Amino acid sequence: MTRLLGERLTLSYDDRTVAADLDVTIPDGSFTVVVGPNACGKSTMLRALARMIKPREGQVLLDGHAITSLPSKEVARRLGLLPQSSIAPDAITVADLVARGRYPHQGLLRQWSPRDEEAVSAAMAATRVGDLADRHVDELSGGQRQRVWLAMALAQETPLLLLDEPTTFLDITHQIEVLDLCAELHEDQGRTLVAVLHDLNHACRYATHLIAMREGAIVAEGDPRTIVDADLVEAVFGLRCRVVDDPETGTPLVVPAARRRAGAASSSS
Amino acid sequence: MIATAPAQRGAAALAAVRRAAPRRTLGVCGGLTLAVLALLVVAVGTGDYPIAPLDVVKALVGQGDSATSFVVETLRLPRALTALLAGAALGAAGAIFQSVSRNPLGSPDIIGFTAGSSAAAVFEITVIGGGTVAVAAGSMIGGLLTALAVYGLAFRDGVQGYRLVLVGIGISAMLEALVNYLLTRAKIEDVQAASVWLTGSLNGRGWEHVWPTLAALGVLLPACALLQRDLKMVEMGDDTAKALGVSVERSRLSNIVVGVLLTAVATAACGPVAFVALTAPQIARRLTGATGPGVMTAAMMGAALMLASDVLAQRLFPSTPLPVGVVTGALGGLYLIWLLALEARRGRA
Repeated sequence: MTRLLGERLTLSYDDRTVAADLDVTIPDGSFTVVVGPNACGKSTMLRALARMIKPREGQVLLDGHAITSLPSKEVARRLGLLPQSSIAPDAITVADLVARGRYPHQGLLRQWSPRDEEAVSAAMAATRVGDLADRHVDELSGGQRQRVWLAMALAQETPLLLLDEPTTFLDITHQIEVLDLCAELHEDQGRTLVAVLHDLNHACRYATHLIAMREGAIVAEGDPRTIVDADLVEAVFGLRCRVVDDPETGTPLVVPAARRRAGAASSSS
Repeated sequence: MIATAPAQRGAAALAAVRRAAPRRTLGVCGGLTLAVLALLVVAVGTGDYPIAPLDVVKALVGQGDSATSFVVETLRLPRALTALLAGAALGAAGAIFQSVSRNPLGSPDIIGFTAGSSAAAVFEITVIGGGTVAVAAGSMIGGLLTALAVYGLAFRDGVQGYRLVLVGIGISAMLEALVNYLLTRAKIEDVQAASVWLTGSLNGRGWEHVWPTLAALGVLLPACALLQRDLKMVEMGDDTAKALGVSVERSRLSNIVVGVLLTAVATAACGPVAFVALTAPQIARRLTGATGPGVMTAAMMGAALMLASDVLAQRLFPSTPLPVGVVTGALGGLYLIWLLALEARRGRA
């Protein structure tokens, strides 16, 4: 029995249907990465799993219960989401922002506790933002800011954490930094992670479970080492390529085919 | 082992950071309380019959002579208290609407309340010819109905801040056109009465204004304080707040309802006084440096601003006292600009 799954989901924005009759299961303990071309419905599916949008049909099950039937705070203690965009309130410090991640563990009568203090400083240590505690979020670099938002989601202490394009707008160094951090969280803390990523090579390197989507349907899923080949990439992205072994990790590395110059001999593989 | 040093440093810094902000806010609140009390003594002590501060305090605690007590208790104190309470209501309402609309220019105007209450009051004055009570009641009803209409029209799978602002602007423009139409068709005396009401005035306010306002704030301000917890989460974006388990739409709606009621209470007490709702939260925020809606500090700032404005409005030209709304705009605007200029010079605007 898996903790998080979507059953026969029909997802739509107004009149536009993004996905129909979609079944998706997130393996427990996995670092699942969802890839696919733009507008294939990968973010929409993630948002549905995180109960940000209501499926027109079908349902999302969390621990066997319809996610909409559970109290919102109860869900927030099991399932966290780092959305694509968040707004840092004016003049908020890093420590205060991360502390807001404790909201689902607090109530009117149960305010700030030593347990919250621990969770917040652990989250800040894990994301290496401890030294930034008294800095204002709006004066940080993009990479630092993303680590702070990640720290807030971590302070929520959910066994399941969903990340919607966590590396967008970051330069290559910070992309790898954030993904390394995710891998650490997955391995060291045993959390189940689900991330939507754009870069197929990052997905192949970090995912333990890859879900490839096209036009609102899952085309293939499984260990990237076994499912990613040139045919799959062509089928999902419509890109001709060669797939070689990543010299660092041995995971699949997608090398797009070179542009064919007029008159040059074709080098079909 | 290596990881513990930064973790400990993080925890220590964390505790220090999280203590610093509430302490400063507490200091600002203390300062504002003293300022409001001092302004109250000044407001009650100044006028055609000046009373020394010490005698004001004596009269307030029931130790003054009969003439002084009459002036203090019957004439000046209720007016000053009405100003204080209405200012507090407007400050809190402004903080709520700025947070809900995620816009520093947010105020009860964005939900069309002011335009609706103005249109109803002007209609009452120029067409029906009702008395003060009828005008106050009419303005409340007009404001509430308009707010309801704006919320309904802005609703589309929940209400987004910017939709609220845009619909509010549209409705307000139409209602302002109606106000102008009514004013051009009315008798000149009615126009004068209407324009004094539109500016906002505290003339002739007595205990019958203080008690209902106080009772309403006694319910609404604690409600604000409770609702702030969720409101400050919603400031981070709907998705982030929802992911943390906040019922975003419910929080937004309940805050709008409380904000509208606060505005209604203030409007009934002294008309649509300008700029208090806009400037009080901004000034308070700059003094405390705190994040979040800051409803309580905004309420205290609003009280101080309104009280100071009314003292100035009465004393600036003693022969022709001004309506308080003339001064709130000038005073609040000037103070805010001064604060912003100060911040810009320090290099963090």
